[in-house]
Amino acid sequence: MHKIVQREVLSKDVVKLVISAERISKSRKAGQFVIVKLGEKGERIPLTIADSDSEKGTITLVIQRVGLTSHKFFNTKEGDEVTDIVGPLGLPTHVKKLGTIIAAGGGVGIAPLYPIAKAFKEAGNKLIVILAARNKDLIILEKEMREFADEVLIYTDDGSAGTKGLVTSGVEHVIKRENVDEVVTIGPAVMMKFVALLTKKYNIHTLASLNTIMVDGTGMCGACRVTVGGSTKFVCVDGPEFNAHEVDFDEMLQRLGAYVEQEKIAYENVLKGSDGGAE
Amino acid sequence: MSVNYKELKKDRSAEWRQGLRNLLGAKERVKGVRVKMSENAPEKRNTNFFEVNNGISAEEAALEAKRCLDCPTPTCISGCPVNINIPGFIKEIEKGDMKNAAIVLKSTNALPAICGRVCPQETQCEIKCIYNKFGQPPVAIGNLERFTADAERLSGKISIPEVGEPNNIKVAIVGSGPAGLTTAGELAKYGYDVTIFEALHEYGGVLVYGIPEFRLPKEIMRVEIENLKKMGVKFENNFIVGRTASFDDLKEEGFKAFFIGSGAGLPKFMNIPGENLINIFSSNEYLTRVNLMKAFKFPEYDTPIIKGNSVAVIGGGNTAMDSVRTAKRLGADRAMIIYRRSEAEMPARDEEIHHAKEEGIEFLNLNNPIEYIGDEKGKVKQIKVQKMELGEPDESGRRRPRPIEGSEYLMDVDVVVVGIGTAPNPLIQQVLPELEMTAWGTIVVNDGMQSVSRPDIFAGGDIVRGGATVILAMGDGKIAAESMHDYLQNL
Repeated sequence: MHKIVQREVLSKDVVKLVISAERISKSRKAGQFVIVKLGEKGERIPLTIADSDSEKGTITLVIQRVGLTSHKFFNTKEGDEVTDIVGPLGLPTHVKKLGTIIAAGGGVGIAPLYPIAKAFKEAGNKLIVILAARNKDLIILEKEMREFADEVLIYTDDGSAGTKGLVTSGVEHVIKRENVDEVVTIGPAVMMKFVALLTKKYNIHTLASLNTIMVDGTGMCGACRVTVGGSTKFVCVDGPEFNAHEVDFDEMLQRLGAYVEQEKIAYENVLKGSDGGAE
Repeated sequence: MSVNYKELKKDRSAEWRQGLRNLLGAKERVKGVRVKMSENAPEKRNTNFFEVNNGISAEEAALEAKRCLDCPTPTCISGCPVNINIPGFIKEIEKGDMKNAAIVLKSTNALPAICGRVCPQETQCEIKCIYNKFGQPPVAIGNLERFTADAERLSGKISIPEVGEPNNIKVAIVGSGPAGLTTAGELAKYGYDVTIFEALHEYGGVLVYGIPEFRLPKEIMRVEIENLKKMGVKFENNFIVGRTASFDDLKEEGFKAFFIGSGAGLPKFMNIPGENLINIFSSNEYLTRVNLMKAFKFPEYDTPIIKGNSVAVIGGGNTAMDSVRTAKRLGADRAMIIYRRSEAEMPARDEEIHHAKEEGIEFLNLNNPIEYIGDEKGKVKQIKVQKMELGEPDESGRRRPRPIEGSEYLMDVDVVVVGIGTAPNPLIQQVLPELEMTAWGTIVVNDGMQSVSRPDIFAGGDIVRGGATVILAMGDGKIAAESMHDYLQNL
């Protein structure tokens, strides 16, 4: 059991949980994820580790309320216990000094982008962070990113913060302005798809961190399989990061919808139930 | 492992054993008819997850035990990968001493309730039984094994193997499947301080995520884990050795040796067009959702499963049978096996094939999928199947299937489960690059199951064999425990 030592609501649907996980806080590296399960009857879902504190023995997870399990996580309180956490899983980000890096994050993808951006900065790169979301409320971790990034650009769909536009506008703006050596992008699959299409046009190597459906997270089930460069890869053991130009995002988008009908039933049940709804 | 015939002869010459043989001659014994285990009715059981086999009664067990001739050279034992003293425990049943029967059984097999259910006795011990030479069905060794283990468990007075004086030497077991559990039990008997590290949230490995409740009730697994705990074995779940903590971290924490029994946890796919469509699963995923995550109780449990109406399972092994019988139980109208060879070449146990047929499973043998076709949402809706014929035998000795040109046809399905086998999990290789592996990703070990490149690492089960059976994994565990003991005592 892992105690939730801190809970902070970052935006209407996004919560940050600092959870005690002694071993993982020491062994995890940027880009890795954990599988979590809440309650005896809970499902196993993957979440990228946003941050950790090896002194305090905690890891930070940022969760957006979108379905049954994320809803349950959103509704936890400080002092509650998370039944199961296993990790760190996946291959760590291959961080090295390349020159100028764009870290482009969308929505809740900003959270897993945070440790990777930080690691690239620490490796001596010039770091330009682009944060995008539908509106001002959904921009998270801006202050934290500003602590180390050389530049932070904000883009919102409605123009309520930063520049009105999509994350791709920001990426293209920077690419046109200066030489960029690598782009790292994390966000909704459709966003990463368009970032990849854009950077391919400019021939800039791009990493995308994929968040797919998983059960065990150790290579056993194959639920997370994606086509990369024409062959099937498992996000949990071969990833979660891949060359974005080789990822079949359309297939990934389809596979993310595999349980959409079941998820709807389960989510409606919980919203109707006594533990649903309120913050 | 070799059979210690000298030791067996000594057991056999015990006065009471001679007495039993004198009491009833071989001529009388062979008149007995092999017991038939009762099973739940196929049309009922294919709608629920209760165990199919009901076991045998005490009376039936006593009669069956009488059939065993207590041969001077018991060939059955040589067919058992862990060399269970088979006549030894069967004669205890005949004598009526069930407690001792369990003790004899468990002195060589730590998990008899499990082996009694999932071992392929028909190709191991029973095929070596003397009765085969008379043209009669062999002694039902598997049923007697199961009966002995169940009787002991149900009596509530389970005998816990004696453990040695604690020697305070820490050893780590990676994975709580059959190989790991066996190794842990054996090392605890020597007095080691044993910790089992399990990646999942439940213990048992393939016995809990893979083998369905209707073949191996989870309650049995739970009791076995409890017994190991009583022997002092420690358990840590949600722990991936190599990631949660490295092998070297654990060495620093005092662990002197490791046994890796991490299994063959990487499902194989056929790499044919459309295989990544929605509702095409590996057997591992399909079975894990149902067995480990209890998706058959969705939405009471949070993990969903797609309940197809027309489910095709690709493959002819036990895992494929488990998958297809699970599909039927989840409510499929059509649940079918698609297998590229004929029934004679199927690797699944005869019993599983027989049970599957009884439960209404369709068998499309000599058929092979070559493409999957999806609908506009990316869900599989059809399989393009090609018919096959058998050619010359291949390196496995089975006749090689070859496609019949122009025989392709389309079949409507809504769920496909691919159960064509597994490859070793790459995780160990990722975290221990110095470990010598084969081209297939299995760990290279010597006769003592010791890594040839790192003497403090031992391994067994599917991570060494690629894909085998529960009992072979247990056999490996026994050998590994013995050589780990040698290694640690000479450190």
